[in-house]
Amino acid sequence: MVYEVMVDGKPHRLELETAAGGWGCRLDGRPIHIDAVITRGDVLSLLVDGHSYEIKREQTANDLYMWVGSTCFAVELRDPRSLRSRNKNAGDEMGARKILAPMPGRIVRLLVAENSEVEAGQGIVVVEAMKMQNEIKSPKKGIVKKISATPGAAVNPGDVLAIVE
Amino acid sequence: MFKKILIANRGEISVRIIAACREMGIVTVAVYSDVDRAALHVRKSDEAYSIGPAPAAESYLRMDKILDVAKRSGAEAIHPGYGFLSENAKFAQACADAGVKFIGPTPHSMEMMGSKTRARQEMEKAGVPVVPGISRGLISPEEGEEVAARIGYPVMLKAAAGGGGKGMRLVHTSGELRSALESARSEAQRSFGDSEVYIEKAIVNPRHIEMQVLADEHGNTVWLGERECSIQRRHQKVLEEAPSPVVDPDMRRRMGEVAVKVAQAANYTNAGTVEFLVDQQKNFYFLEMNTRLQVEHPVTELTTGLDLVHLQIRIAAGEKLPFTQSDVEMRGHAIECRIYAEDPDNNYFPSPGKITLLLAPSGPGIRRDSGMYEGWSVPMDYDPLLAKLIGYGTDRQQAIMRLQRALGEYFVAGIKTNISLFQRILGDADFREGKLDTGYLDRLLAKGNPEITSDALERDKKALESIAAIAAGMFAVLDPVSPGSKNGDIGGPAAIPSNWKRKGRSETLR
Repeated sequence: MVYEVMVDGKPHRLELETAAGGWGCRLDGRPIHIDAVITRGDVLSLLVDGHSYEIKREQTANDLYMWVGSTCFAVELRDPRSLRSRNKNAGDEMGARKILAPMPGRIVRLLVAENSEVEAGQGIVVVEAMKMQNEIKSPKKGIVKKISATPGAAVNPGDVLAIVE
Repeated sequence: MFKKILIANRGEISVRIIAACREMGIVTVAVYSDVDRAALHVRKSDEAYSIGPAPAAESYLRMDKILDVAKRSGAEAIHPGYGFLSENAKFAQACADAGVKFIGPTPHSMEMMGSKTRARQEMEKAGVPVVPGISRGLISPEEGEEVAARIGYPVMLKAAAGGGGKGMRLVHTSGELRSALESARSEAQRSFGDSEVYIEKAIVNPRHIEMQVLADEHGNTVWLGERECSIQRRHQKVLEEAPSPVVDPDMRRRMGEVAVKVAQAANYTNAGTVEFLVDQQKNFYFLEMNTRLQVEHPVTELTTGLDLVHLQIRIAAGEKLPFTQSDVEMRGHAIECRIYAEDPDNNYFPSPGKITLLLAPSGPGIRRDSGMYEGWSVPMDYDPLLAKLIGYGTDRQQAIMRLQRALGEYFVAGIKTNISLFQRILGDADFREGKLDTGYLDRLLAKGNPEITSDALERDKKALESIAAIAAGMFAVLDPVSPGSKNGDIGGPAAIPSNWKRKGRSETLR
């Protein structure tokens, strides 16, 4: 099994195979002795050369994170053999991106109109929760193809607010 | 003793009061709004009744609905917790009128302490030290300038009905006074429906230290030691400890005696807290009295060995305090961290949502008062306080070490929390030396995130990066739940983790 793993934006090549008494693991070509057990959903106990790590997996509407102790890493995992992940890979850079509500809240106002050009990081809509307002930003430079958020409406995490292409 | 108590609150404090009732063999009645049906306090209570829609004004603040539940359920007493109706004299009166015991002080004491100018007047009469200034509303800007010239700049303008920093203005020079008074008055009118604003000398870089008192209904009042509450942000406390690093036994006794005097001047009964501002010369001045159980009461419980909620209930039931002042002994050191649903990377913006994973610490010297559980969705309608983590040790150093250990074990996924902030505070040199004032936290946050500046941490992080990469792969093999499947792809159905696929993958590996 071979994976391309992006950790905080840096690419790594990870090879995993079952071996006697554990797992054979090569990271960027370097062999590493590991042992791994899922202790409960989303919590992995990993032994690396005798060092013990507890790793927590967190998935949000948009991203995947690995928490090693109290340190958080944004992770993207690609299986090079999978057509699906290759397609998705292309979509990340060139295709349309949905902007999803990261938290439950209420739409306060829209900051851009449909068909307007936006920069990466530019605010698209303002969502209010717990009496505070939060700007939801564009993940990429492009054109706002669609805005599905309406001011005053309640949103749930994962709801599509807008699409940027 | 009461057989049944209604808890007119929600969240961690509701759960904490339910625990005390259960320990005392008292049946508990919870109330909940539409978004709190699945809340922990409903699960933990013996009985629970719906009181309406999510907005607090339509549920947890509705006296009529709560008293109706009390009547229907046969509850003999109501514990208001903190916030919501806890300091509302009208509610205390309404309870009395309905023949239900309000677990707290009388409406009369609450009214006296509810207006800051009225409380100041009473305290001056009783000989309690107050910050130099005047104890009634300002009549004109000219009067303000005259008083300010007498007591010396900087001065503070404060709304008489104020709280939470609303209607407060710091004034450095006489030129600023007129416009500051105008804006303070209009803000006070908007926030509290009362534009009365008074003036007092501004204490520069004060500490905020408060004294717990307890009074029964037979004239006995005791003090239970101070809590250092200087670590605040936007006038909200974030971390509290007992004892304060600057209070010695003599100062503690003097503060305690003043606090008892304050309580007695108000004919105070039940649990209350007298807040003081302390200047750099350790002079302390009466600030206000909180006529309720405080969020941070656990640090006093741990250092005195008393259960304040048990005692509140016993006092409300008419019992005498079971001990005297000379029986009160303080031991060890306790520090409380308020775990809020807020995002440290986004200016501590509130972060409601579903808790997808919760790993909670326990063990030696750790107390955790929590209102959350894994799988629960934190509603967006209320205060973002999720839980309190309290560390206790024989001394301050040990309490800090235990908290650092426990914070490292505390993990909440799905929403953001301020857990990382406490690791920063507890590791900070000024905090370690007890150099605290109300500006401490803003200064610490202005320093920026040490993770970016420290080379050692950067190296550590690099080493952990490969661990994260291996973990991501192992998760994919052992527990695949379509990582990144929701990652912004358009239209396609979310990948459903298939047992066939999973089986197939592990077979290929063998």
